[in-house]
Amino acid sequence: MPDTPPRRVRVTSPRTGAARVQQVPAAREIDAQTALGEVYMSSLLRSQLRLALLALATLVVVVGGIPLLFWLAPELSAVQVLAVPLPWLLLAFAVYPFLFAIGWLYVRAAERNERAFTDVLDRS
Amino acid sequence: MSAAGYSLLAVTAVVVATLAVGAYGWRFSRTTSDFFVASRTVRPGLNASAIGGEYLSAASFLGVAGLVLAFGTEMLWYPVGWTAGYLVLLVLVAAPLRRSGAYTLPDFAESRLESRGVRRLSALLVVAIGWLYLMPQFQGAGLALAATTGTGAWLGGVLVATVVLVNVLFGGMRSITFVQAFQYWLKLTALLFPLLFMVTIWLGDGAVSPASTGTTPGDSWESPLAGAGDHRLYTTYSIIVATFLGTMGLPHVVVRFYTNPDGAAARRTTLFVLALLGLFYLLPPVYGGLGRLYAPDLIASGDTESVVLELPARMLAGTLGDLLSALTTAGAFAAFLSTSSGLTVAVAGVISQDVLGRRLGGVRAFQAGAVVAVLVPLGLALLAEGVGVAQAVGLAFAFAASTFCPLLVLGIWWRRLTDAGAIAGMLVGGGCAGGAVLATLLGAAPAGWPGALLAQPAAWTVPLAFLTMVGISLATPRRVPRHAARTMVRLHTPEAVQLDRGVLPR
Repeated sequence: MPDTPPRRVRVTSPRTGAARVQQVPAAREIDAQTALGEVYMSSLLRSQLRLALLALATLVVVVGGIPLLFWLAPELSAVQVLAVPLPWLLLAFAVYPFLFAIGWLYVRAAERNERAFTDVLDRS
Repeated sequence: MSAAGYSLLAVTAVVVATLAVGAYGWRFSRTTSDFFVASRTVRPGLNASAIGGEYLSAASFLGVAGLVLAFGTEMLWYPVGWTAGYLVLLVLVAAPLRRSGAYTLPDFAESRLESRGVRRLSALLVVAIGWLYLMPQFQGAGLALAATTGTGAWLGGVLVATVVLVNVLFGGMRSITFVQAFQYWLKLTALLFPLLFMVTIWLGDGAVSPASTGTTPGDSWESPLAGAGDHRLYTTYSIIVATFLGTMGLPHVVVRFYTNPDGAAARRTTLFVLALLGLFYLLPPVYGGLGRLYAPDLIASGDTESVVLELPARMLAGTLGDLLSALTTAGAFAAFLSTSSGLTVAVAGVISQDVLGRRLGGVRAFQAGAVVAVLVPLGLALLAEGVGVAQAVGLAFAFAASTFCPLLVLGIWWRRLTDAGAIAGMLVGGGCAGGAVLATLLGAAPAGWPGALLAQPAAWTVPLAFLTMVGISLATPRRVPRHAARTMVRLHTPEAVQLDRGVLPR
């Protein structure tokens, strides 16, 4: 019986799964209403609210500014653009594409916020 | 055939088409969910046409042109506000409201605040606003039919009420959705087609600006500020507040959001609606402007609301003019029918759930609710005369902005709202707005500043309602709903994410 001891072999492991800590998906954090879940939720809420307020502020400044403008400068009412009075041009025609544009930009941004939220939850 | 004959034919055609399109929807209406919310499967394109059709009432179809004819540019704030109201609704309310999973406004109030008291008060307010809005529709129908065909003033209202009732009884929301989508496009065509002829004539006559025919010196027809005297700026801003914020509180507008498949679809639908409303509202002001040139006698006779019905026949001689006038009459009837249908569904939903629900079940209760929802305002319309279409609709907007707007906005975005705060805010806002406009209607309002504050109350009642709601909620922190955090998850997270969203209302 040969007395040579077996060669030492290094036993290794890829250590992929072993070192991983049991991870709790973000969705479960939200369901359990933990502090971390609260952070996820309030970040979603805050981003959506900030977006909504930005859209409303644009509306208030631009459309809400029209009466103030004509009150401060009444002579503007007499200005005619292509035989149409300026206030008429603004309120009967120009305002509608503007409202739609705000709405369109808002919907795009709101869906982007929701995608970001979904991605964070899926990645965890 | 006479002009009245053509108009009668056109109205009959609209009624028959409405019943026929509705009958197409009857075949699909089986379950309670079909009746209330069309089983929540309506696609954005169809749904947006239906919302547009439902929203464009007699006030939009006849009232705007009449107001512009009589008072000028300042009245353009109404159509602008009614459209901008949808933008405010889109950014603050649309998706969360759909995600709340509720059928009606009281459902939303109860599930968010976990209180029966808020539910009862909301139900009361929905019925009040709904009847306030239905009454002028029936009155307007009577006036329009009387003006164009010479029948009794009661007939138009009864006709509209009957057609609405038949469709709602047999088809509920599913059937109404088809009817209203059809009526949006009918209304648009009915205004656009005659306008093409009339604008051609106007261009042929040298394209005179309507503002140039000032009847009195110092006439402010082209000024965008409403009212007269010192409080013009206040009055204009008060109209803006009422219309921008009132839209989201109208029961027939809100109930539509539950027919979307999900929150993202609700947003896209609303965007679509913005486009459709913007397209439509380009037209009625032109009738007002042309009316100033071609039918100035209507201003003197105070009959400005019939300008849309009469102008085509005045500008175009012979049969063509009569036919085009008959077309606008048909459009006006589509407006009465579609708005009344939407309001009836919304009010019937609330009556059946909150009053009749315990004794009758499901579809039966809904049908009984619809009968009550139509007959009461029809009776009021036949009894009370002389409250103008635009006036009653304006009251409804101010009232909705002072009650449901704070409830929805704070309920969706502020988790510390309590049931006590919501009830107090709605009582204060609704009480002040309702009292102010009643005082104006009864002629009890003083002149000068107090009169201006009472005639257009929204600019002070809406902030007051918000402040009361926030103040009382902060004073009653123990009453914050137990599941508020869970409800916020339901309102704001996209449906694709698997989350515990709590118990859906029903």
